[in-house]
Amino acid sequence: MSTDKTIDRQKALELLRQMLRIRRFEEKTVELYSLGKIRGFLHLYIGEEAVAVGALQALTPEDAIVATYREHGHALVRGTPAGSLMAELYGKANGCARGRGGSMHFFDAARRFYGGLAIVGGGLPIAVGLALADKLQDKARVTACFFGDGAVAEGEFHESLNLAALWKLPVLFLCENNLYAMGTALARHQSQTDIARKAQAYDLPGEAVDGMDVLAVEAATKRATEVVRGGGGPYLLEYRTYRFRAHSMYDAERYRTKEEVEQWKQRDPIVIFEGLLREWKCLTSDDLARMEAAIAAEIADAIAFAEAGPWEPVEDLTKDVYTEAINDQLSALSLSEQKIRKLRDEG
Amino acid sequence: MIKTTYREAVRTGLREALKSDPRVFLMGEDVGRYGGTYACSHGLLEEFGPERVRDTPLSESVFVGAGIGAALGGMRPIVEVMTVNFSLLALDQIVNNAATIRHMSGGQFSVPLVVRMATGGGRQVAAQHSHSLEGWYAHIPGITVLTPATVTDARGMLLASVREPDPVFIFEHAYLYPMEGELEEEVGPVDISKAVVRRPGRDVTIITFGGSLWKSLEAADRLAAEGIEAEVIDLRVLRPLDGATILASVKKTHRAIIVDEAWRTGSFAAEVSAQIMEGGFYDLDGPVARVCSAEVPLPYPKHLEDAALPSVGSIVQAVRAMQGE
Repeated sequence: MSTDKTIDRQKALELLRQMLRIRRFEEKTVELYSLGKIRGFLHLYIGEEAVAVGALQALTPEDAIVATYREHGHALVRGTPAGSLMAELYGKANGCARGRGGSMHFFDAARRFYGGLAIVGGGLPIAVGLALADKLQDKARVTACFFGDGAVAEGEFHESLNLAALWKLPVLFLCENNLYAMGTALARHQSQTDIARKAQAYDLPGEAVDGMDVLAVEAATKRATEVVRGGGGPYLLEYRTYRFRAHSMYDAERYRTKEEVEQWKQRDPIVIFEGLLREWKCLTSDDLARMEAAIAAEIADAIAFAEAGPWEPVEDLTKDVYTEAINDQLSALSLSEQKIRKLRDEG
Repeated sequence: MIKTTYREAVRTGLREALKSDPRVFLMGEDVGRYGGTYACSHGLLEEFGPERVRDTPLSESVFVGAGIGAALGGMRPIVEVMTVNFSLLALDQIVNNAATIRHMSGGQFSVPLVVRMATGGGRQVAAQHSHSLEGWYAHIPGITVLTPATVTDARGMLLASVREPDPVFIFEHAYLYPMEGELEEEVGPVDISKAVVRRPGRDVTIITFGGSLWKSLEAADRLAAEGIEAEVIDLRVLRPLDGATILASVKKTHRAIIVDEAWRTGSFAAEVSAQIMEGGFYDLDGPVARVCSAEVPLPYPKHLEDAALPSVGSIVQAVRAMQGE
């Protein structure tokens, strides 16, 4: 753990608060899942909170984020209101993607949050393209691309690192190494388990960071971002972290031992950071209680927002498959479909 | 009118697109120094520079995905994938990202991306460079699928596509690149929503697209000599399909045959046939017929490749067989 005691107290409390927000938000989603309010896949970030919270400190609102299906934390820290995220989990029309994506597909154009993309490795080429657009438009922005250790096995990881390095594009490749590609341990799918070293093959800087230490994550990401923003080309960071919960809600966790999970829980990023702040006299029990109460209220409001939200009307099912003009065209052209509907209505 | 080749028409389209919009740039394998595998972008690197005409590594997934990302980021990329066979390496980006992001994000993001690629057989390049998979692409909601068959469409569809807010896939039949045609000098973008009747007729409707258009027109000429007047429809746009033009023609001719270079099973021809069945069944005097490729990986020797692909002869024969019904 970092020992820089000069940290600003307000800043430190905010880091703790953000990690707690993610933890409590997701704990609540588990309850809501068992109540049937949330369906489909639900991938929890619990245990990995220090990564999103630390990494996003390095970004400005103009920067872009491409994330994965385990992105609740990233969207929360980015500032998408918890209510609109909860509504998305409910599948409601007041969700951040009108309820169409659910847990795996959060989008927020106002905050340059480009998903929520759920094909492992599929977000990396998109990030390369966003960065290319910035370069071609002379914009000094960076694109932060989160992905897991599983993505490292995909060709798109290698293609993307190569192209971004070749064209010196402002991409932060941020690998959240939680040691398991779903149920396959890193050492069982990689001949070289030191992910940061893979950057060498494409001639970009690569660095491994303790992903359970929010301050270390923040410091490393800020350093990397400075290089990228300064025109130094892409950078690969590997955050070594661990997922405390199952891969998704349908996972019997036969691939790892309870002892291993318990061992990692000793390094809980929230517990450790909380202890550190107490040690530094930055945090009192009252502070924490107030923080927890505010978070509980925010989540309660988020649930109320989701509960009150409308379902998208079925008539809007095909809205935004294309932009409006083409939609009109499609409906005008699908004569057989119109005939069928007319018959059904008449019958 | 100027005489030009299909290849030059594509190049003119690319040049005009680059000139008319600073957000447009080209990217793909060998589009720059090499000038394009089919020479479609020859000279453009010199004219527009390496920022806007970008040679990529042989990494279809990342350069198509980067096209999607650049489109999301405010650019208007035109991505060349050398052939439809190679596009299979980018299917994840096309199917899972390009086609979904607008709908899945609740309309927050658009992907104004144009992807061009060569398609089709007939050049003795065997089973890994001769596919006609545009019908697969037409299966996917969220993208537009174009098959320019004329020099006018080769240029004009490209110009129309770069103005579209959603992803457009253009399939250029490789056999057509050296084909000559008449191009109107001042025609800009063309319509990309409608099929066109290329030859009017009263006895049978031949529905086709891309490289098969010219075989169908030649077949129609031969049939005319026998007293059979075939109407030939060039679909031009596979998605969204212009069903109205097809059904209007079938209402007149009462017979329909589809010529599609893809394999018959699960082909786009099957989709057209089904739509005629749904919307024009009572207009038909007989079953809808199809002329497609033989269900084999395309072989290299000319006599076998010829036997596998639709030909003028096989189209004529199929139409004759229908008249007897």
